[in-house]
Amino acid sequence: MGLKGRAAVTGVADYKNVRKYTGKRKFFLEQWAELTQLALADAGLSKQDVDGLCCAAIPESTMFAPATIAEYLGLQVNFAETVDLGGASPVSMIWRAAAAIEMGICEAVVCAAPGLPIPSHPNPPPKDPTRVYGSTSAKWGSPQAEYDVPYGNVAQNAGYALIAQRYAAIYGYDERALAKIAVDQRTNAQGNPNAVFYGEPITIDDVLQSKMIADPLHILEIVMPCAGGSAVVVVSERLAKKCKHRPVFVTGFGERLTTRSVTYAEDMTVSPVGPAAAGAFAMSGKKPKDVDVLEAYDCYTITVLLTIEDSGFCSKGEGTAFVNENDLTFSGSFPVNTHGGQLGAGQAAGMAGGMSQPVEGVRQIMGRADGRQIANCNAALITGTGGIMSEQSAIILEGA
Amino acid sequence: MESNRPLPIPTPNSEPFWKGLANHQVTLQQCNDCAAWVFYPRSHCNGCLSPNLTWTEVTGNGTLYSYTVARRPTAPQFADDIPQLIVVVELNEGVRLNSVMINVAPEALIIGMAVKPVFHLQNSATLLYFEPA
Repeated sequence: MGLKGRAAVTGVADYKNVRKYTGKRKFFLEQWAELTQLALADAGLSKQDVDGLCCAAIPESTMFAPATIAEYLGLQVNFAETVDLGGASPVSMIWRAAAAIEMGICEAVVCAAPGLPIPSHPNPPPKDPTRVYGSTSAKWGSPQAEYDVPYGNVAQNAGYALIAQRYAAIYGYDERALAKIAVDQRTNAQGNPNAVFYGEPITIDDVLQSKMIADPLHILEIVMPCAGGSAVVVVSERLAKKCKHRPVFVTGFGERLTTRSVTYAEDMTVSPVGPAAAGAFAMSGKKPKDVDVLEAYDCYTITVLLTIEDSGFCSKGEGTAFVNENDLTFSGSFPVNTHGGQLGAGQAAGMAGGMSQPVEGVRQIMGRADGRQIANCNAALITGTGGIMSEQSAIILEGA
Repeated sequence: MESNRPLPIPTPNSEPFWKGLANHQVTLQQCNDCAAWVFYPRSHCNGCLSPNLTWTEVTGNGTLYSYTVARRPTAPQFADDIPQLIVVVELNEGVRLNSVMINVAPEALIIGMAVKPVFHLQNSATLLYFEPA
């Protein structure tokens, strides 16, 4: 059961992450066209090869996003998915694409996540007053609107802080280890000229002295929003042979959704990435010790810590010791988020932040990670996280 | 700022819960079939999907499951409340809910501490806050 490893990522594309975007603004449809063109060129494929697409919501059209994208790009596809899993969407797009290809539905699927600002409306409609709640639904009938929002448990910071505080009470909290995650990833970002914090290394003390946002989370343990965007092309084994770079096969995946609000999680300190990663490892026949790099969705330092533990790289509660004992940089003993992660490279808008992890894993396995290349990188675990540890997915990537 | 505070808008299904709070009573649904306590209010039990749920008054006592001290408002409407003591309480029946702790200093919050309900009037709504027991 599961994937046989017969679909591969063969092309990637991304925009440079920037905090203050001053370039030309583009609609998501325009970014889809551009990222698709760049990713196909990177793979060595043409538009005529594409017969599938996976997208997230686009601001231009609340419904019918795939058909709108297909029409705009002039594509005719046998497989189309709108994936609604927050930050986990990109990783989940890739396994859906691989599964569809292995079933013989299609041969080349573009998965894209635009995140540049769209043009300013000439007659802006009135601002929606609920936009201050971020991704928290304030619509009537939504449990969040009724039981989260009135108490101020709004958006992401509070939820992740609740997780971290509970973790601290159960397992103890080495704040320097948590800070070290941000520091090591920032060191990785120094090898990535596209990172927003390129040229700005930090120390553990910098993190611990940075502003406290929601105890115990400091601002340097929280992603920096930015403009960006990226895409990958997933293709059949047959098409992969025509492509320019080392194919990166998707050999396993897992996905798990539990709660929307972490308040109701069975155990706040045990994240759904556990079953997701276990599924991915089992399908690929690999074990945690077999992967050369972990590209872990990293909205917060606590997310990375729980991902390391729950994916099986160490025992539950041993995560901070593991981080202290290992060098998480690209040349270290346990490389994590070699592009800097979203903490070091920035979290591009839309769902683009979560595409940065698979793109980096692919680049590492292709041997195209330039100044941050891991020696002999052949296998990677990539994770995605949506909401407040609401939904997580994992894929194993392996070089041919 | 106060008048902008986001308030719950009860649904036909949740109305007994909010009416209970207005009368200074904490009421929860309990499943007639599997005996599970259900929070938040639902049409069907989230333990067994039975539609046979009965409203029951409980003490509202529980323990602090987790908390954070938000130093920056989580939304502009909470700017007057900084630092916000956002908490998750586990009621004695085992269900968890979001809340706010009052009558306690941030440094005195300890996960596992016993808490009891405070019926907090916010504009036209009564919210379920907690304080140390």
